[in-house]
Amino acid sequence: MVATLTRAFGLHNLALAEDVVQDAFCRALEVWKLRGIPENPSAWLMKTAKNRAVDVLRRERTALTFAPDLGRLLQTEWTLTNAVEEMFDPIGIKDDQLRMMFSCCHPRLSAPAQVMLVLQLVGGFGAREVASAFVSSPAAVEKRLSRSKKTLAESGVLFDIADAADFALRMPVVQRALYLIFSEGYHGASPHAVIRTDLCCESIRLARLLAEHPLGAVPSSLALCALMYLDAARLPARLDAGGDLSSLFDQDRSRWDRGMIDEGRAWLDRSATGTELSRYHVEAAIAAAHAAAPRFEATDWTAIVSLYDTLMEISPSPVVALNRAIAVAQLRGPQTGLEALDAVNDRDRLARYPFYYAARGELELRRKNNAIAREHFASALALARNPVEQRFLKKRIEACACGAI
Amino acid sequence: MGEFLYLYRGGQRSPSPEQSQQIMQKWLAWMKELTVSGNLKDPGQPLELEGKVVKGKSATVTDGPFAEAKDLVGGFSLVVADDLAHAAKLAGGCPILEVDGCVEVRPVMKMDM
Repeated sequence: MVATLTRAFGLHNLALAEDVVQDAFCRALEVWKLRGIPENPSAWLMKTAKNRAVDVLRRERTALTFAPDLGRLLQTEWTLTNAVEEMFDPIGIKDDQLRMMFSCCHPRLSAPAQVMLVLQLVGGFGAREVASAFVSSPAAVEKRLSRSKKTLAESGVLFDIADAADFALRMPVVQRALYLIFSEGYHGASPHAVIRTDLCCESIRLARLLAEHPLGAVPSSLALCALMYLDAARLPARLDAGGDLSSLFDQDRSRWDRGMIDEGRAWLDRSATGTELSRYHVEAAIAAAHAAAPRFEATDWTAIVSLYDTLMEISPSPVVALNRAIAVAQLRGPQTGLEALDAVNDRDRLARYPFYYAARGELELRRKNNAIAREHFASALALARNPVEQRFLKKRIEACACGAI
Repeated sequence: MGEFLYLYRGGQRSPSPEQSQQIMQKWLAWMKELTVSGNLKDPGQPLELEGKVVKGKSATVTDGPFAEAKDLVGGFSLVVADDLAHAAKLAGGCPILEVDGCVEVRPVMKMDM
């Protein structure tokens, strides 16, 4: 709703749009208190916001300047109601959300700032929810958001999604922001919850919004959707019955969500058009390879290693290299895996990453070097970010003791 | 048996979104309770907090709100109860009491013809 109203009021009146939505929400609650919640609360809220928008536009017409392209329509009483009506039609709303998503990913903002804005302005997350997603205090997030909104307001106009060249340029930034939201939900740093389903769901919703929009439906967007579905399908099995983290090795694969796997595969098939091979294509293909294996032992490691090789070519990073090394170890044994780990460039960038040490520990354990493995798991434990990770690593340390000489 | 008007006065309106939702849940529960017990004749409506006051022979119009926010009528409902004491007792469950508001209970004057 904020996205649609900002379309009417102009980006420089972002705060006004937020106020109108807040106001619509408060008014709805007042009425619902006495009259009960209507059958379709969101439609009701939309309607209330629409009416408030017309009121505000009418009242402030002289005092404010609105969106430049709509300004003329909104100036006269004859066209105002119709113009607002049109803005609130379902297709219009999708355009608005896309426009807002692209506007939030302003190059002058840092990636975390972009993500926070997307969550709040398109996702409708409150400052408190955004704060919990980013392990930060609501006050700090509030401050950061208001600074970002100022930057956004200074840029004056909403992103023009019809400008093909700009659109293509901004697309990777938007995709990265959505993927960040997903990753934060999938293995975020929150000390309270190791999995944040709300963030995963919201990122999937936004990625679909992008991938289903005629302008946003480029192959990489479809692949991003595929990747999110295929990864999210494993979420139900990531925690075992006791609430402990379960690695891919010993996950109960019957708890994987078959529906999501099918959905992911369908997106992946549809993404296989054109010449573009994005990192999302390759990552989705890796996820699909895992999903295709009924048992861990049945995993096609040859295919996975070669996919990681491709990923290293198009989007190299220490974390990708780490994951590749793990796959190499599966294919050619722990010794080769450790050699691959030693060969990772920028290894110091992994120094704060608990799973780097956990991976070394796992491979040493398999080589029966229990004492060394134990040390690596202990280093990982020191870096663990939440109780669930801590419990997982403590169990691994215990495992080292079992086979010790 | 008689009819009574509940006037909801004061009470903090919409503190934070989370709190508002909690408060609304309590209202829904209370309203449901009154409906089930057969005491709710009309749930009524909330009122805008703005208004005009028309006063005097010359019908001078001035802007409301008229009293302090804490005394302002924010809504009304119509209930059926045995007597004033019963109606007052029923009002004791109103969630507005938790947020510094009050319920004014007024018997509706009836003339049996």
